[in-house]
Amino acid sequence: MLLAAVQPTTTWYLVLGALLFTIGAVGLMVRRNPLVMFMCVELMLNAVNLTFVTFAKALDDIGGQTIVFFVLVVAAAEVVVGLGIIVALMRRRPGATADDISVLKG
Amino acid sequence: MVELVWLIPALPLFGFLVLLLLGRRLGEPLAGWFATLMCAGAFVASVIVFAGLYSKPEHERQFQQILFDWLPAGGLKVQLGFLVDPLSVTMVLFITGVGALIHLYSIGYMHGDKDFSKFFVYLNLFAFSMLMLVLGNNLLVTFLGWEGVGACSYFLISFWFTDEANASAGKKAFVTNRIGDWGFMTATFLAFSATGTITYFANGSTPGLLNEETLATLAAVTATGIAALLFFGAVGKSAQLPLYVWLPDAMAGPTPVSALIHAATMVTAGVYLMTRVSPLLAHGYTWLPATIAIVGAITALFAATIAVAQNDIKKVLAYSTVSQLGYMFLAVGSGAYVAAIFHMVTHAFFKALLFLGSGSVIHGLHGEQDMRKMGGLRKFMPITAVTFIIGWLAIAGIPPFAGFWSKDDILLAAWAHGGSAMWKAVWFIGFVTALLTAFYMSRQVFMVFFGEPRFEEEGEHAVHPHESPWTMALPLVVLSFLAVVGGALNLPFTEDTKFLDKWLAPVVEAGQRSFDIAGVAQTALAIGTAVLCAVSIAVAAQIYLRHKRKPVEPEVLAHAWYYDESITAFVGGPGEAAFEQTAAFDKGIIDGAVNGVARIVQWGASKLRLAQTGYVRNYALGIAVGAFILVGLFLTRAGG
Repeated sequence: MLLAAVQPTTTWYLVLGALLFTIGAVGLMVRRNPLVMFMCVELMLNAVNLTFVTFAKALDDIGGQTIVFFVLVVAAAEVVVGLGIIVALMRRRPGATADDISVLKG
Repeated sequence: MVELVWLIPALPLFGFLVLLLLGRRLGEPLAGWFATLMCAGAFVASVIVFAGLYSKPEHERQFQQILFDWLPAGGLKVQLGFLVDPLSVTMVLFITGVGALIHLYSIGYMHGDKDFSKFFVYLNLFAFSMLMLVLGNNLLVTFLGWEGVGACSYFLISFWFTDEANASAGKKAFVTNRIGDWGFMTATFLAFSATGTITYFANGSTPGLLNEETLATLAAVTATGIAALLFFGAVGKSAQLPLYVWLPDAMAGPTPVSALIHAATMVTAGVYLMTRVSPLLAHGYTWLPATIAIVGAITALFAATIAVAQNDIKKVLAYSTVSQLGYMFLAVGSGAYVAAIFHMVTHAFFKALLFLGSGSVIHGLHGEQDMRKMGGLRKFMPITAVTFIIGWLAIAGIPPFAGFWSKDDILLAAWAHGGSAMWKAVWFIGFVTALLTAFYMSRQVFMVFFGEPRFEEEGEHAVHPHESPWTMALPLVVLSFLAVVGGALNLPFTEDTKFLDKWLAPVVEAGQRSFDIAGVAQTALAIGTAVLCAVSIAVAAQIYLRHKRKPVEPEVLAHAWYYDESITAFVGGPGEAAFEQTAAFDKGIIDGAVNGVARIVQWGASKLRLAQTGYVRNYALGIAVGAFILVGLFLTRAGG
């Protein structure tokens, strides 16, 4: 009953989006496994998507949802390229972490 | 008909390109004939242009042909165009005319040379450059020709470059000319910055540097500055003091080159330039023309004294050329531009004749140039001897030969300049030089063509002098004819006989001084000079023909007043130390500054590159921080 009485408001969705984005961002910075870092990037993207949809609903503006479609398409393309790079990397150096591939450092 | 002017430089240019590509295949003598034909064609075109210009009324005798915009750069618009007026046409006529004769002569002179066709490549390139120089309608086109003739002069002086002396003579000429070129370039820059144009005369929307409207806005000090810098350039090109040193050494080149470049045409470019910019000279302060006259007079005397003691047949003529060029500058400084051009033309006739004659002698004696080993040659080479004697009488100022009239014109201008004692002194120097000229030329003629033969007629090193082939003799005959009648261009008897005066009047009217002198005084001066010149010849005959007196040839004159030696001593001694210091300054301070900047950048970059760690997380952090800053910035901005 108590739970049913609580209606989720716009703020809740925005807070959730911000949380997801932070988890993704922190994960990207602290983890070393390329695949996990990649998933963190996806998490950040989807956190932004959630924010867009929330605003679209709250402001009654279809534009936010339209942008989400664009983000999804770009993310799909990014996944293709990114995973390709990771697969190629793992083939050459099995078990490599992101810190191992730093040959371009100054 | 004046529209044909483009043909005049185009023909030698065409000849140059064809000979450059096909010269070796054409070989001897076809390459020479082709080059001669091109130069002769340019002469025919010049005559047509002259006829076209002459048929116009006096004050419409100026025509400009613009081929295209050469450098349209901001405020600077330079056209590649030709200026046809009495001055440039006069120059073009004698350049192509004498040039064609010397081309013809070279066919005989260069016979058997392994680089026969290459010689004519250079000759045609020279003719093209020289024509660009005199026909250019702005300072830059003139400068193009100016540098072109300088380069050709270098190529041709060191034509037989396997000999070290020839190669270094070429370098000497080139380097000395560069010093003068500095003046020309700086003058061009100054003209552009002061007036915004370097075109001589207005055409279309391009203003003209020498037009009255432009000159009216030009300060006298600036006009003097431009003219003085141009004069400095002219001093280098026309071998005046202190930059004359290259011309005597330039005799290392083949003799036709000495005749064409170092007597008749290129070295007169400075006189042409000063005449071209005569409105500037007239607009500036009066000390500049006075300086020009003094430099000319001193050079004339200086070189004439040296010529008295030279034993190389070509060196005598070289110093004589320097001396005669001094006369022309004397005339320019006196405001007698017409006299300067008059003397330039007659000098081109008789000096080219003398040089070609000396070439014929050298050719006939298989390369001997020392006059002490000549003598009595008039029996062996009659045509050369007769024509050379005509040239001698012309340069010595004996009436009615060409040199008498033109030299007389110059001396008269200096005498009648009036006023101060300075001009009388200038006249006196010119007068003494005239006597010296008669003396040293007589010495040369007597040593070479008269007296007993002093070359070996018998034995192992026997020399059998012979007359030159007709290709060499014909130019001699034509030039000697011109040396006789050349004075007819400007006879001072009545107004009607002063053809050159009237013809050039529209070009030089701004600067030309008209001098009043009583006819009696004029005649007395002319006759007096001529008589004293004849006396001078008689003295030379006493010494060198009859050997009644011992020759006076002091060591100091044979060494050209130790001028070259002084330069060598200076440059090798204190000069070298100064140059070393300059080089050290250049290396330490100038190069040091440039390299220092590079080193600082290198050091900074080596520190800054450490920011690139190669770790993805660092980059991500950078992006995050950047994003925060940007968002913060936007928020505060929006709030404000």
